[in-house]
Amino acid sequence: MATSCGNRVALIGPNGAGKSTLLKAIAGLVPKSSGEIRWRGTSVKKWSREFAYLPQREEVDWSFPITVRGLVEMGRYPQTGWWRKFSEADTRAVDAALDSLNLSDLQGRQIRELSGGQQQRAFLARALAQEAHVLLLDEPFTGLDRNAAMLLGELLAKLAKDGRLIIASHHDLVSAHSLFDEVLVLSTKQLAFGAVAETLTPQLISETFAI
Amino acid sequence: MIEELLASPFYQRALAAAAFIGFTNGFFSGFVVLRRNALSVSALSHTMLPGIAVGILITGVLSQWNAFFGAMFAALLVGLGSVAVARGKRVAEGTSLAVLYTAAFAAGVAILPKLDTRSELEHWLFGDILAVGNTDLWIAFSIGSVILLATNLLMRPLLLTLFEPNVAAAQGVPVRAMQYLLFGMLVLALVSSLQAVGCVLSVGLLVTPAATVSLLTDKTSALFWGGGLIGGVGSVAAVMMSGPLGLPPGPAIVILLGLLFILAYLFGPKYGLLSPKFFRKTRP
Repeated sequence: MATSCGNRVALIGPNGAGKSTLLKAIAGLVPKSSGEIRWRGTSVKKWSREFAYLPQREEVDWSFPITVRGLVEMGRYPQTGWWRKFSEADTRAVDAALDSLNLSDLQGRQIRELSGGQQQRAFLARALAQEAHVLLLDEPFTGLDRNAAMLLGELLAKLAKDGRLIIASHHDLVSAHSLFDEVLVLSTKQLAFGAVAETLTPQLISETFAI
Repeated sequence: MIEELLASPFYQRALAAAAFIGFTNGFFSGFVVLRRNALSVSALSHTMLPGIAVGILITGVLSQWNAFFGAMFAALLVGLGSVAVARGKRVAEGTSLAVLYTAAFAAGVAILPKLDTRSELEHWLFGDILAVGNTDLWIAFSIGSVILLATNLLMRPLLLTLFEPNVAAAQGVPVRAMQYLLFGMLVLALVSSLQAVGCVLSVGLLVTPAATVSLLTDKTSALFWGGGLIGGVGSVAAVMMSGPLGLPPGPAIVILLGLLFILAYLFGPKYGLLSPKFFRKTRP
């Protein structure tokens, strides 16, 4: 598959199809046994800060004593390295990320004290502070109520419009139409890729999910 | 009487040792709390005893360094042993760890009195901070400096490792090395706290300070510096109070830290059980 910035791509497939694994492989979190990921014309061998990975909710240690601001500051570590002090530019980037996701008032909160939607936004803010261009989200809409899901949908649309590429695993076939531009259907291998409306045909759906 | 005490070199050394050891262990307790493995630290501290005993048995002398290597070796043996036993699937890892560390501890208790060392068994179990010599003080100071320097230099990769090991590894943090480093420094901190509180009580000094801070704030860095402050000031205060109260200083340190923890648990402004804010949140 090939896609470009400004798009929102949904990864769709049954459980165990490898959606999470593909996301982690793109993010460089798991080694690839085969295949190649190319970004800006060159092959991506290891992690680069162009890619930000947002873990599935249950994979995060929510009771870790860290504030929202502390989490977003972690996004700057790739720039600052292990030792360099936070410069004014770093602080500005953190402020801007918090601001653009409406988290400025919540920056002193511990991460468990946020609602599900706010938690997603906190991790998105970290990705923005990192200045990532590719956002990889694992089941971002799972467990969100309707309002929070709508807000997150609008937010992703805005981030894509600003020139970022969004790739997210998703399991709801209906909402995929409104939330994403393109879809990759996979079931351990790639079955189809293209614009949502053209790709998600009833025939493909019944084949993939064996309904 | 206090002035007399303060003038005595024994007492001065004891206070200095309490400050160094308390601060270092309190600072490092932040990592123990973040790693969520306070109980295995307890297992580790008990395991050190036979390691030290065997170290003395082999080398014939007691020094902080063969105590360290003996403790490290025993800790590795019991830690890896429990993982290996648990691999058989019949016994859970916690169970096998509990079996092995109590057995090791018993062996230590049995061997130590037979050795020709200057100190009694009780000294090893509960510490004897009033017997600290100048060399001990220097060693506690060096161990403290090594731990504080290394953790501060590597604070970011260590935190990334503890929070999200996967992401940390992808960002090029040597996660394995960081975990080994934490383990090594944990054993160092335990060895240094032996003098003050002994191996049974050392867990108190290595868990309680940061646990107390975690009840008061959400700032990650406060866990370390606040833990160090509580550990250092608490230990010094406990040693000073232990004389008039007629308590042994090692237990006094751990009791005082425990009391501070309970106070924070009850009266902490944000998460305290009796704080008005907490009341409003849970009982509307």
